[in-house]
Amino acid sequence: MNKQEFTITVYTENQVGLLNRIAIIFSRRKINIESLNTSPTEVDSVHRFTIVINEIEEVVKKLCRQIEKQVEVLKAYYNTEEEIVWQELALYKVSTDAIAEKVKVERLLREYGARAVAIRKDYTVFETTGHREETDNLIKALEPYGLIEFVRSARVAIIKASNSFHDRLKEFEKKEPGEEVIENEYLDKNEEVFTM
Amino acid sequence: MQSLLSRLTKAVLPTKLKIIVMDTLELIKEQTKKQVTTTISGGEAVLEACLAEGVETIFGYPGGAIMPIYDALYDYKEKLKHILVRHEQGAIHAAQGFARVSGRTGVVFATSGPGATNLVTGLADAMIDSTPVVCITGQVFAHLLGTDAFQETDVINITTPVTKWNYQVTDATEIPTVLAKAFYIAGSGRPGPVLIDITKNAQIQKFEYEGYTKCDHIRSYRPKPIVRKEYVEQAAKLINEAERPFVIFGQGVILGKAEKEFKQFIEKAGIPAAWTIMGMSAIPTGHPLGVGMLGMHGNYGPNVLTNECDVLIAIGMRFDDRVTGRLDKYARQAKVIHLDIDPAEIDKNVKADIPVWGDCKETLPMLTNLVEQKVYPQWLQKFKDYQQKEEEKVIYDELNPTGEVLTMGEVIRVLNELTEGNAVIVTDVGQHQMVACRYAKYNQTKSNITSGGLGTMGFALPAAIGAAYGDPSRTTVAVIGDGGFQMTLQELGTIMQFKPNVKIIILNNQFLGMVRQWQQLFNEKRYSFVDIQSPDFVQVAKGFGIPGKSICKREDLKTSLKEMLESKESFLLEVMVGKENNVFPMVPQGRGVAEIVLSKEEI
Repeated sequence: MNKQEFTITVYTENQVGLLNRIAIIFSRRKINIESLNTSPTEVDSVHRFTIVINEIEEVVKKLCRQIEKQVEVLKAYYNTEEEIVWQELALYKVSTDAIAEKVKVERLLREYGARAVAIRKDYTVFETTGHREETDNLIKALEPYGLIEFVRSARVAIIKASNSFHDRLKEFEKKEPGEEVIENEYLDKNEEVFTM
Repeated sequence: MQSLLSRLTKAVLPTKLKIIVMDTLELIKEQTKKQVTTTISGGEAVLEACLAEGVETIFGYPGGAIMPIYDALYDYKEKLKHILVRHEQGAIHAAQGFARVSGRTGVVFATSGPGATNLVTGLADAMIDSTPVVCITGQVFAHLLGTDAFQETDVINITTPVTKWNYQVTDATEIPTVLAKAFYIAGSGRPGPVLIDITKNAQIQKFEYEGYTKCDHIRSYRPKPIVRKEYVEQAAKLINEAERPFVIFGQGVILGKAEKEFKQFIEKAGIPAAWTIMGMSAIPTGHPLGVGMLGMHGNYGPNVLTNECDVLIAIGMRFDDRVTGRLDKYARQAKVIHLDIDPAEIDKNVKADIPVWGDCKETLPMLTNLVEQKVYPQWLQKFKDYQQKEEEKVIYDELNPTGEVLTMGEVIRVLNELTEGNAVIVTDVGQHQMVACRYAKYNQTKSNITSGGLGTMGFALPAAIGAAYGDPSRTTVAVIGDGGFQMTLQELGTIMQFKPNVKIIILNNQFLGMVRQWQQLFNEKRYSFVDIQSPDFVQVAKGFGIPGKSICKREDLKTSLKEMLESKESFLLEVMVGKENNVFPMVPQGRGVAEIVLSKEEI
């Protein structure tokens, strides 16, 4: 079996330290994480991880079982590239002068479907979403015109075959609301702890 | 009443009346609060949790960051027994020994920094051997986290890979619910170690205590997978059609408290059964269907016949590499049925044709119901034939040697005669461990306590102390090598002070024997740093007020073992054994189980 790209989707509780608990499942086996996104789902107490790795399916299947075994993990799925719709978001900062002067740049941006999110006197920030090659190509295209800064997000992915994830999530939360994450309230309260 | 008033306040009422209703509501709230809550400290809350969970014995060691808990413990001395160990590793191994013998969760207290890091080996051991342990570590004040404070280490992140669950408490109000979760997670499903790190401020903090409620459900945690009846049915069908079925079982049977269900299953189905080192003692070693131990130094028959059976039924075991040898030469001919509570174990190492997810306490009776009553006399005879061959080539000489020096095997044989298989035997790691597990006789479950998965030298002495507290009515015998004993011998101090009754046998071959054996067999006898020297163990024990004796002659063996067992207190017996004896049979690394050898000439 050959290594291929897999996107792992994990639903978890929102707890301090859980990111590490999931990350070490990969690092323990010396598997590189290509991309990792985590943020709350439509239900605040539940988080969703999207993890991209290159591995053979057999290994990915075992990884998912190890992830799902963690106490605070609700569910883990894995999918091949064909089974998902995915996007990455990219931001490009370019000199405002360059776009104003050069019609080419404007055409370029339109061609890539980029959208201006901030226009300042000295710089403009464009945003585009797409697959890795698409956002990569725009970097190459903008480089000759003085690209100032670039950043790309991790992948987010929708599973094509998913079924009523949203309803199930809502129902799950309704049945038993999640606990609020408790953070350290004392980091800036040096004196207070001694008077408790 | 309250809800009625709340509803009233929400209804349209004249403002004045609303205020009166609100006041009444507040008053009622106040009163109910006063009735059920008291103000206690976080430290007291920890001890209240222990009491509510039925904990009687705690193994621990105090230090700066856990002082408030120890201060609270001063007033709980009558209700909670605290065993002061000599090193935190000793505390956690003791808690493991306790858990393994009693079937209950072991509890450990340790301080921050070095106290907590000293637990790591024990956590890793408990993790890989699925032992329920709850460790409570002190931590620096919450405001000091991340400042490199005195005795601060990032305990949560250090212990994440070696705990089933861990959590840091920075506020006392969390303690009751977090500890309830800790005990629930440690003891349910596939058990494991849990660590709760509590900052010092939370231990000191006073809060309104509303009592302790045990946890029996966490929404994201499923301790047992749902049993799929169709798989049980398929498994039964396969078993009923089998001609040479073979059961291999692990600690899952013991952890699931399913010894009776397991025995009923194999007896009805008439299937020969072999145990892993961790599953040993789940059925009496003398059971007519018990065909011995699997693995690298297991018995001849079960290893060879793994590759001749047509249906392999694995129950509560995880196909460790020491059991399977080379996977591409492991049971390729057999259909595999795998019963396990942990879905992640299915297909992890050996592909299961039929996965039977579930607690074997539930799945085994279902299976027993569906299997036909059968016997396999010819198939069983095969195991006996191999047993006979092993007896002739290895066992007889190991147990009844005629040479001048004593063998490890004969020590265990005589021990069996004297204990009649009723003792708890705690072993360390190495040659003595393999010999003890090969030859020990057990009549009852939870008798074989050893570090199976992690292979932790230094495990036995502290684990035996814990085992002695786990079931004081049983004789606890620790069998340890000269190397491993020197790793945790400081725990003799714990025996000196608290007087658990632990019989210690040191099988001294003046070598780190297992490594030496490998160096002899595979490294052309290049003995690299295996010639470990030992102190006068009897004198060392004497220094701790523990009587002892050292013997090297056969005529002293039985009387000395008898003296040790009949002693009212702990006793250390050093037995000098053959220096360069090897443990056989052996499945050499990189070979298949059927390539097991009976002597070094065959390697």
